[in-house]
Parts: sequence; C-alpha cells; structure tokens
Amino acid sequence: MNLKTTTEILVIDDETSIRKILEITLQSHGYNILQAATAREGLQLTATHSPDLIILDLGLPDESGQTTLKKMREWFGKPVIILSVLSGESDIIEALDNGANDYLIKPFRTGELLARIRSALRGATSEDEGPVIQLNGLEIDLSTRTVKRDNELLKLTATQYALLALFGRNVGKVLTHQYLLREIWGSDHVDQLQYLRVFIAQLRKKIEKDVNYPEHIVTESGVGYRFLAGSN
Amino acid sequence: MQDVFVTPFIGSRIGRPRQYLLSILSVCLVSAVCFLFSSYIGVEVVAFVLLLTLSLIAMFFDILPVLLTALLSALIWDYFFLLPRYNLRVGNTEDRILLSMYFVIALVNAVLTYKIRQIEKIARQKEEKAKTLKLYNTLLNSLSHEFRTPIATIIGATDNLIEQPGRLSGDDSKKLLTEISVASLRLNRHVENLLNMSRLESGIIQPKKAWHDIHEMIHSILHQLEESLADRRVIVSIGNGLPTARLDYGLMEQVLYNLLHNAALYTPPGTPVFISAARSAGDLILQVEDDGPGFSESEIHKVFDKFYRGRIGGTGLGLSIAKGFVEAHNGTIELTNRASGGACFIITIPSCFSPEERRKPGAVKKLTHQLSVS
Repeated sequence: MNLKTTTEILVIDDETSIRKILEITLQSHGYNILQAATAREGLQLTATHSPDLIILDLGLPDESGQTTLKKMREWFGKPVIILSVLSGESDIIEALDNGANDYLIKPFRTGELLARIRSALRGATSEDEGPVIQLNGLEIDLSTRTVKRDNELLKLTATQYALLALFGRNVGKVLTHQYLLREIWGSDHVDQLQYLRVFIAQLRKKIEKDVNYPEHIVTESGVGYRFLAGSN
Repeated sequence: MQDVFVTPFIGSRIGRPRQYLLSILSVCLVSAVCFLFSSYIGVEVVAFVLLLTLSLIAMFFDILPVLLTALLSALIWDYFFLLPRYNLRVGNTEDRILLSMYFVIALVNAVLTYKIRQIEKIARQKEEKAKTLKLYNTLLNSLSHEFRTPIATIIGATDNLIEQPGRLSGDDSKKLLTEISVASLRLNRHVENLLNMSRLESGIIQPKKAWHDIHEMIHSILHQLEESLADRRVIVSIGNGLPTARLDYGLMEQVLYNLLHNAALYTPPGTPVFISAARSAGDLILQVEDDGPGFSESEIHKVFDKFYRGRIGGTGLGLSIAKGFVEAHNGTIELTNRASGGACFIITIPSCFSPEERRKPGAVKKLTHQLSVS
C-alpha cells in the first residue's frame, strides 16, 4: 500500500524557469512536486522518494536524459514523461524505446501537459483493474478475448484483436511503429510499416465513430500511435 | 561555423591555361630527352616513358589537358620515333598496331584516372556534407534550446494566469509574471545577438565613430545589468581624467554588455567583477575581469568562435559578437586567466584619442572607486 496521500511528481530539468513554472502549475492542481537540476540528483530522488511520475528533460548538464531514462528504467516502473526542446522524430522514438511513456515538446501548453499526466497516471493504475478495459463505449475483455462497442459484439480477426488488446493495455501511451510491429508480427517485420497501416485502418473502421476524426487510435506523426479513452 | 578545409586537387588550384601549357611542356621535354638517347633506347621504351608522363599528368590535371597530352604524345612518338622518322606515315603493320595500341592505352589511362578522381571527389564531398550536417544539427539543438526554453516559460506562465486565476495565490501570480519578464528579456537578448551576428556576417558594420565619455558608457551598462549583477561587488577603475574616446558607442556598449553579462551568468553569486579603462598612448585599454572559475587552456582558443558554447551553454554568440565589434574598430580582444584563476578579457582599441591627448605622457594614473550595485 502507498502511504502517500497525494500524487508526487519529480521534475528533472536544469532550467530554473521551467522548474518554477511546473512547480506552480502542478501544485495548483494538487500534485506534490520534487525537483532536480541534474541527472545525478534526479536518480537519487527517484531512488529515495519513488515518485508516482517523472517529468524528464533530455538536455541535462551531467548526461543525456536518454541515458538517465535507461538507468532509471532498470528499476523504476512508474510513468516517465519526456519534456524536451528536441522535436526530431528520432529523438522521440529513441526516448519511447528507452521506456518513456510519453513525449511532450517544449514549448508546451499547460492543459496538454496536465492531460498527459492524468493519462499516464491512469495507465499506470489500470494494470490491476482486471481483465476488462472500459473506454468510453468501447469494452475490451482480455479474458474472453471479446470486444464490444456500445454493448454490441465486434467481429475482429486474431491480428486485429491482438493489436487492439496491445493498445488497450497501454492507454495514453505512445507506441512506436517498431514496437507495434515487433509485438504483433515479430522482430523480422519491424520495417513492414504497410502491415501496420492496413490493420490500423481496419481497426479504425470497426471501433471509431468517425474514421476521419479518430478518437481512440490517434496518429503520432512519424512516430507511432497513441490509444486514447476518447472524449466523454 | 568553422570553414571546413577542402584539400583540392592540384588541378583545381592551377588554372586551365597553365595546365595546358604545363602538359605540353612536359611532353615536349620528356620527348626531347628521349630523342637525345634514341640511339640507345628502342621506340617501345620511349612509348612507356611517354605513357608514364601521361599517367603523372592525369593524376593532377583536368581531363581535357590530359586528352590533349595523350594525342600530342602519340603524334610525337609517331613523328620523331617510329620509322620512317619525321613524318606521320607509319611504315609497317606492326608499327601501325603499336601506334593504335599506344593511343588506346593513353586514352584509357586518361579516362580511368579521371573517373577515379571523380569518385574520390564525390566521396570527399559526401564526407564534408555529413560533417557540416552534424555541425548544423548541434548548432540547431543549442539554438532551439536557447529559444524554446524562454518561450516555454512564457507560454506555461500565461496558460496558468489565463486559465486558472482562481487556483493561484497572489504570490504565485507574481512569480509567474516575474518568470515571463525574465524569459522575455532573455529572448530579446538572443534575438539581438542573432541580428548582430547577421550584421557582422554580411559585413555591413561600419562603426559610426564619435567622441564619447567612457565613464558614462560603463555606468550606463552597469545600470542595464543592475539586476543580473545585484549580488556582486562591481569594482570599476577608470583612469583619472581619461579623455573622451572616439568610437561607436552602440557597438562598444554591446561588447562590454556581453562580457559583463557573461560574468554575471557564469560565475557563482557573490563573485567580484572588475572593470577598468585606461589610456596607453593613443590606445584605449578596457579590461573586464572576474574571480570566477576562469577558462581551461583548451577553451581559451575557442571561446570567440561563433556558436562555441562552454560548459554551461548559451547560444555561443555573445563573445564572437564582442570580438566582431572590437575588430570593426580595428581593435583586439584577448582572454587570459588571472593569477587568482578568474577570467580576464583585455580589449585594445587603437588610436581613439585626439592627437593632443596622445602627446601627453604615458598611461594615466588609475583612480579606483568602488561601485555598490544593489
């Protein structure tokens, strides 16, 4: 059992101004905040305080945030959101492959950051919720391998189901193309982006209300897909 | 950005006309030497010597002079060495085969060497491109960090102030407003520096020189930097009766501003900063020193390079702009470490005092007065 009553967020960023803004933003939304200006300090606080979520900058003075993330992931399982000025697809993919749950580019909108934090925290707790994933009209039952939309059973092929179940277990998290291809088709097929596109299109047709404005399977341009609960 | 040094082919360093001339001369010279010894060596040996000459020329010169050399050497060989001598006719079938083979080998030799050089050239260009790209990426990352961080601060702060004024305490609102102000000033400084850098790059900086009081300039800069230098002792020593100096006020103000701003940014709080101005004959000597950590030997040579960023970061523009502006005055800027370890920038602006002042003896005695900026 967790003795902490409020959610604790660790911010690792060398820029004082960014830390101050995050401190005020997060505190005014009821989060407790811990701060670190270097990777070393950040790792120390992670070990001693075991925060519920970490916001990590990639350009730290003592080492690359990517390295810090890798080190952290050896023993820290809770969500990590990257907050960086680096906006290249390769940086984003590298961070996600290193175990980041999400990636937000500076400058960021406060509302977006808070939404991503909520989503990451929700994803982190839903693992223990049992075999049924409920998302705004969509119900994925992992035990019976069935999917319902508005209580209506959907007919899915084995691959479509596998893909949807994988998304369902990672709500809110960006899954890279490579990760999805490896998980569903195996490591020999990580370059076969067209497989993924075909199956995403098929899945969207079945689960989205409007295929042109998908609210569950959202495209992260050049990086992968993010599965969302959808608007209420 | 540092210029990437390109090793050019000798051919591209020597002009085309000279390449033709040198090719013809070397073929003629080699032929003449062979001709002198023609009673001792056979025509086949001469052919090999000429082919060797051609190969050497092909390694260094462009394709056209090389082809000309191939043709010329074939003609010379035929005219002066193959029997019957002194005409282009070839006596027997064997010699005809020899001559045509000579010509084909010469051409193949020229073309192959040319092709290899082209491939080498493309490989080298690719390598340079990769190097430039890497440099460009590093530069872009540091610039985007320097620009996006204050923008992120401003957007984050305004989002908070606009969307949830109810959630914020009065103290928090004030903190956010302060952050916005600091970030805006930081952005403004970066924009200023980039604009100055592009002015320097385009070479349109013409110092607008006029007579200015150095006291006034230094005090104005210290006033601008009041906040950044708030927790430091700033010790100003200006030569007693330092006359007015002829310089571009805006440019020199920027130079001192960048140096002092760096001192405020990159030395620990409480570190004293020293500024001095003095005359040495007709030259103005300005010094900005601090008691901070100073620079390592390897860094000292790089700090004025454009986009060079030290351990702490920044855009890497401040000091290169300072150098550019000082040089626009035909002056010099030097960096050394003080005996105590801190950094010491020495600026020398030549002949900026009136002739009457210049005749007055030596450097003016220093008057030290301490300024408490708080």
